[in-house]
Amino acid sequence: MEFLRFATAGSVDDGKSTLIGRLLYDTKSIFQDQMESIEATSVQMGNDYTNLALLTDGLRAEREQGITIDVAYRYFATPKRKFIIADTPGHTQYTRNMVTGASTADVALVLVDARHGVVEQSRRHAFLASLLRIPHLVVCVNKMDLIDYDEKAFTAVKEEFRSFAMKLDVPDLTFIPVSALHGDNVVERSINMPWYEGSSLLHHLEEVHIASDRNHIDARFPVQYVIRPQSDEHHDYRGYAGTVAGGVFKPGDEVMVLPSGFTSTVSSIDSFDGPVSEAFGPMAVTMRLADDIDVSRGDMICRPNNQPTSSQDLQAMVCWMSETFSLAPRMKLALKHTTRSSRVMVADLQYRIDVNTLHREENPESLTLNEIGRVSLRSTQPLFFDEYRRNRNTGAFILVDETTNATVAAGIIVGSGT
Amino acid sequence: MSITTYELNHLDHLEAEAIHIFREVAAEFEHPCLMFSGGKDSIVMLHLAAKAFWPARLPFPVMHVDTGHNFPEVLAFRDQRVQELEARLVIASVQKSIDEGRVVEETGPRASRNRLQTTTLLDAIEEHRFDALFGGARRDEEKARAKERVYSFRDDFGQWDPKNQRPELWSLYNGRIRQGEHIRVFPISNWTELDIWQYIARENVEIPHVYFAHERPVFSRDGMWLADSEFVTRTEEEVVVTRKVRYRTVGDMSCTGAVESEAETLEQIIEEVSATRITERGATRADDRVSEAAMEDRKKEGYF
Ligand SMILES: Nc1nc2c(ncn2[C@@H]2O[C@H](COP(=O)(O)OP(=O)(O)OP(=O)(O)O)[C@@H](O)[C@H]2O)c(=O)[nH]1
Ligand SMILES: [Mg+2]
Repeated sequence: MEFLRFATAGSVDDGKSTLIGRLLYDTKSIFQDQMESIEATSVQMGNDYTNLALLTDGLRAEREQGITIDVAYRYFATPKRKFIIADTPGHTQYTRNMVTGASTADVALVLVDARHGVVEQSRRHAFLASLLRIPHLVVCVNKMDLIDYDEKAFTAVKEEFRSFAMKLDVPDLTFIPVSALHGDNVVERSINMPWYEGSSLLHHLEEVHIASDRNHIDARFPVQYVIRPQSDEHHDYRGYAGTVAGGVFKPGDEVMVLPSGFTSTVSSIDSFDGPVSEAFGPMAVTMRLADDIDVSRGDMICRPNNQPTSSQDLQAMVCWMSETFSLAPRMKLALKHTTRSSRVMVADLQYRIDVNTLHREENPESLTLNEIGRVSLRSTQPLFFDEYRRNRNTGAFILVDETTNATVAAGIIVGSGT
Repeated sequence: MSITTYELNHLDHLEAEAIHIFREVAAEFEHPCLMFSGGKDSIVMLHLAAKAFWPARLPFPVMHVDTGHNFPEVLAFRDQRVQELEARLVIASVQKSIDEGRVVEETGPRASRNRLQTTTLLDAIEEHRFDALFGGARRDEEKARAKERVYSFRDDFGQWDPKNQRPELWSLYNGRIRQGEHIRVFPISNWTELDIWQYIARENVEIPHVYFAHERPVFSRDGMWLADSEFVTRTEEEVVVTRKVRYRTVGDMSCTGAVESEAETLEQIIEEVSATRITERGATRADDRVSEAAMEDRKKEGYF
C-alpha cells in the first residue's frame, strides 16, 4: 500500500485539529481508551461536546490554552491508502512548526473559516505551501454549519482564495465546503449541502494522484556514510551508503562523483537482503563502484551527462525562524544541504515578500521571525544542487546558528550565481 | 511503451526512512548508542540498524537500562541478539543507582522502578559521554510522543522542552549540540503498532515468546493482568489465577500488563492488532495511568 502525507494549514481556530479529529473519528481510527480520555477531559474543561481537537492537541500547554503549539503526527489507513497526518498550528508565532509539518507533505489542507473568509494567516500558509511546492492544495471552507450551509458564502470564499492563488504556483487546487465539528463532507458527502457536487475530503485524499510527484529522471545519490567493515570476511569491501535523492541507478551505470569529477561504473547496489537491480528514491542502499576512487560523505554521485549545478553561490528563498535575531546581509551561518555541511555568508538580501499582497519589498534591512525573502548565499565549499522546483531533495537546505545551534531557516534553492 | 512505476510499499518506505536516520547519526555524532529494552520496537530497531550498516557491524554500542525487574527470557534474548550481531553491550543498572544512593526505591504494592530509570539513564549518558541515543518510541503510542521530533534535543539536564522544539525540515536533521547536551533519535517515529508486527512477520525477526499467547499465573490490577512475580507485592484481594495471555509491550515486570489472547502465531497477532479497539499503552502500561500528562511529564525529566 502507498503512503500519502498531508498537513493542515490555516489561521488560528479555523478548525484544523477538529477536522483531523473528525476524520479519525469517522474513519473509526480512534481507540476506545483514547476516546474515553478525551471525553473525560472535555467534561473537565466544561465543553458542551467532546472536543475532537484533543486527539491531536496532546500537550499540557495546548490543552490549557486551547490552541495547537507544535505539530502532531497521526496515522490512519483505509483500504485504499495509508495516511500520515501532520496537524500544524495556526498561530503566527509557531509558523516554523507549520513549516516543519508541511515540508514533507504531498497534500496541504488549508482551512478557512467560512464566516471570516481568507485572512492574512490563510495567505501566509497558502504561500508557504506553494513555496514548499506541496503539489496538491485542498481548501476546506469550514464551519459551514454556522452560516446555514450557504452556497453563496462558499463561492465567495472560493473566489477570494482563487484570485490570491492565481499569483501562486499551485498545480492542483480543490475546494470543499465542510463542517469539521459535525462531519459534513469530511468522510461522507453532506446531506446539508446538496448543491455541492464534489467528493468528500476523505474520498479526495484517497484518490489524489501523487506517484508522478517524485523526480525519477535526474540521478542523484548524496553519499551519506562510507561502509568499510573491519572484518576478515569483508576485508576489501568499500560501499557508499545513502538514500537515492533522484532518478534511478542500476548496476552497470556510468556515474560521476562530485566534487572530484572522476567517473566510474556502478559495480553493484547492495542491501542486507541481497543485490538490488534498480534503486530509486527514497530507497536507502549501498553502492559500490568499479574503480578505486576517493569518495566520502557529502560527495554527490550523478551521471556524467546529467549533473546537478555545482557552485559556491546560490540564490534562494528563505523562511526565517529565529525569534532572537534576524537575518541580515553579511551574516555567517552553518548550512546543511543533502549530506553536505558548509558555512555560508549572506551576500545579499534582495527582497522580502509581503504575504498579503505577495508584493516584493526590495532591499530590506533584515528578515525577522516568520518573514520570507530572497537571498544570495556564498558558501565556503561548492554545493551540488538542483532547483527546488525540479527536485525537493537536492533543492532544499537548512540554516543553523553557529552559537546556539538552533535551526533558523528553511531554504529553497531557486538558482545559482550571484 | 511500458511504464515502470517507481513506488515503494509502506513497509519499504518506513524501513528506508529509518535506515537513513541511523546512517545520518552514525556519520555525524561521535558517541551514539542504541537503547535496547528487549521489547519488540527495540528488536526491530536492532534489525534496522544491522541492515543500515551491513556488511559492517554496528558502529555504536547497545545500552540496556536494566530495572532488575525483567522477564528472564527477555534478558536471555538480549544476550543472544547482541552476540549474534557482535555488538558491544552497555548495561546501566537501576539497582546500582539504588545501591549508590542516587535514587530511592519506592515501597508498597504499587512500587515501580519505572521512574527511577531516568536517573540511571542520564547518569549512563554522562558516564559514557553519549551524544546521540536511538530510541524505539513511536508517535502513535502516546499523545506527547505524537509531538516529538525525530531528532529530539535534550539540554544539559537531559530535559525535553516540548514548547520549544527545533524546527525539523524535510529529512535535513540538525544534529549540532554543545558539550553535555544530547539528541534522542527516533528512527521508527512514523511506524504504528501494526506496521511493527507486519514488519516482524515479513522479515522473520525473532522475538521473545512472551509476545505470543501462553498460560501464565497473573492477577488483576486496574483492569490489567500483571504477572505474579517476586517484583510485585500483591494486596490480599489480588488473587493469582492462570490465564492465557500475551504481552503487547514488554518493559518492567512490575508495571507491564498482559492481555488475554489466543494469538499463538504472528498471523494471529496481526489479526488481533488490526481488530483491537484499545491502544497498546492503554491496555498494558500502568505508568501512563498516573495522570493525563504522565508521559509528557516523564519525558520533560529525561525519560525515554
Ligand atoms: N461550529 C463549528 N465550530 C467549529 C468547527 N470546526 C472547529 N470549530 C470550533 O473552532 C474552535 C477551534 O478549533 P480547532 O480545531 O482547535 O482550531 P485549529 O485550527 O486547530 O486552531 P490552532 O491549531 O490553534 O491554529 C473550537 O472551538 C472548535 O470546536 C465547525 O465546523 N463548526
Ligand atoms: Mg489545532
